[in-house]
Amino acid sequence: MTTGLPYLQRRPAQFLFRYGFGAAALITALLMVLMLVFLVVFAFPAIKFNGWNILTGITWNIGNQYGSGVVTHNGVSAQPGASFGGLVFIFGTIITSALAMVLGVPISILVALALVYRIPRRIKPLANAAVELMAGVPSVVYGLWGLVVLVPWIGQRFGPFVTGHVGKLPVFGGEPGSGNGLLASGVILAIMVIPIMVATMRDVILAQSSSIFEASMALGSTSWQAVIRAVIPSVRSGMMASVLVALGRALGETMAVLMVSGAAVNQFPSNIFQAVNTIAAVIVSQLDSALTDASGMAQRSLAELAVVLFLITLIVNSIARAILHGADRVRESR
Amino acid sequence: MTHIKIASAASRIWWGASVLSLLAVIGVLLFIFFFVVAQGVPAFRPELFTTVTNGVAGGLANAISGTLLLVVLGVALVGIVGFGTAAWTVEFASPQQRTAIRFCVDVLAGVPSIVVGYFLYVALVEDLGWGFSLIAGAFALAIIMLPYVVRAADLALSAVPRELREAAVALGSREATAFFKVALPWAAPGVLTGLLLATGIGLGETAPLIYTAGWSNYMPSLALTHSPVGYLTYVVWTFISQPFAQSHQLAYAAAALLMLFIFITNLVSRTALEAWGAQRHR
Repeated sequence: MTTGLPYLQRRPAQFLFRYGFGAAALITALLMVLMLVFLVVFAFPAIKFNGWNILTGITWNIGNQYGSGVVTHNGVSAQPGASFGGLVFIFGTIITSALAMVLGVPISILVALALVYRIPRRIKPLANAAVELMAGVPSVVYGLWGLVVLVPWIGQRFGPFVTGHVGKLPVFGGEPGSGNGLLASGVILAIMVIPIMVATMRDVILAQSSSIFEASMALGSTSWQAVIRAVIPSVRSGMMASVLVALGRALGETMAVLMVSGAAVNQFPSNIFQAVNTIAAVIVSQLDSALTDASGMAQRSLAELAVVLFLITLIVNSIARAILHGADRVRESR
Repeated sequence: MTHIKIASAASRIWWGASVLSLLAVIGVLLFIFFFVVAQGVPAFRPELFTTVTNGVAGGLANAISGTLLLVVLGVALVGIVGFGTAAWTVEFASPQQRTAIRFCVDVLAGVPSIVVGYFLYVALVEDLGWGFSLIAGAFALAIIMLPYVVRAADLALSAVPRELREAAVALGSREATAFFKVALPWAAPGVLTGLLLATGIGLGETAPLIYTAGWSNYMPSLALTHSPVGYLTYVVWTFISQPFAQSHQLAYAAAALLMLFIFITNLVSRTALEAWGAQRHR
């Protein structure tokens, strides 16, 4: 095969065809690596300055811009009093997503089963369209609804009701809070990831041949037993992958959480009603103040947090992929 | 006999819970949808579409046109790169290369949009000095849309029957001609479905745009750099936290418009494109 310049002169269309598309593929292939490397290089001074503090520290303080002198650590300088501890945000990211999964996974399984086995054929397309439409609702719209409907309900009714009845019990007792917080974030995230899980779980169950269901029924199970003891175990890996993909989505979700989390800084929630914060939300909410840091260390520390979030989601998605690779494949859908 | 009765009663209860969950999920969707529409549609007056936002009041002309500009440019960028990637994967890639590309696309789909936004903020807005701008915002949207466009185009192009291409080549056409004149028309509905999906995603994005497009109270200029752009999702996010009824009204109106746009793209891909695609399989 002739390549290079003579090839270009003789057959411009062919050349463009092959190398133009090749260039596009190269961009796609390198994009992820480029983003990660770029962020790590940009964050490198912060990585040196912060050390383990970014993972274990509780205090996020960009320092005093009017203070005199600088604070230097490992040869890198920041404003006096600066401390970039990200543990509150890392904890918040994990706990809100965990709550979303606890609420969302059982419901998603039930909904997916209803879609496959219980909905009359005629209204099936309608129900499927509703689920898909739900996956397409923008996160700010969920955030808007959360802010004006869910948060007041939790703050004025549900929170006081629960704390009033359980008193000083951990997790549920104590201060009912304003409504903005862990519970609101978890519920909104659950509502957002349910359609993603339902769509993939439905496809996974549908892809499994109905003979397992029928065989189990023939052996005398009730239809529910057939589903729970025969069908679901046979598609376990697909279901797991579906949950992990949704988890990856929840971990990285920004706007909806930003609007209902209460934006906690420097403190952990004492119960499910108290304010939290996540890495994604703090990157948005801290930008303005980070820009006032003349040393630039606050901006670089936000980049370091972005790298942490990148790696967390990368690990979760890689596990999902590995599980899928090992067994039946599902096409992920949004 | 009793345990059979218990089992069948349990079965019925669980199926009841299952159907109830479905109804609850659809109920939440309808609640959100009608809540936003009921609050937002009363604000749909001509001024909403002709005047720009002014502090916390005014109209949405700047945000509507900004959203459309960002999405159109983003889809154009992702159309070129995403389609090219899929075409190369299907046409030229070795099996190993194909697996590698598909892996990269899957990983890219899992990258949180805020990470993409922050990356572009540092790289384009600050380092290259483009400032908050149309092109930075369009790049952000394009990167977020990319995996969906590549997957859809890959799927559509892979499904083109082998005989069709072989026939074209046997009749003497070059590989490029066979691709553009035979394979592409066949795969077009699938490729367009991917682009419509990308449009829906682009319409609803917020976090990466805050970092790249910025925000502007003015109509977007067509300048690619150094000129921030307003968009609807920003209005939803910020105006709802203002203590004024007017700004709440604008936030609801923006949310209702977004839902409407997304509903339309969804409807088009579900009806028109599905019908067009179905002709292929007759």
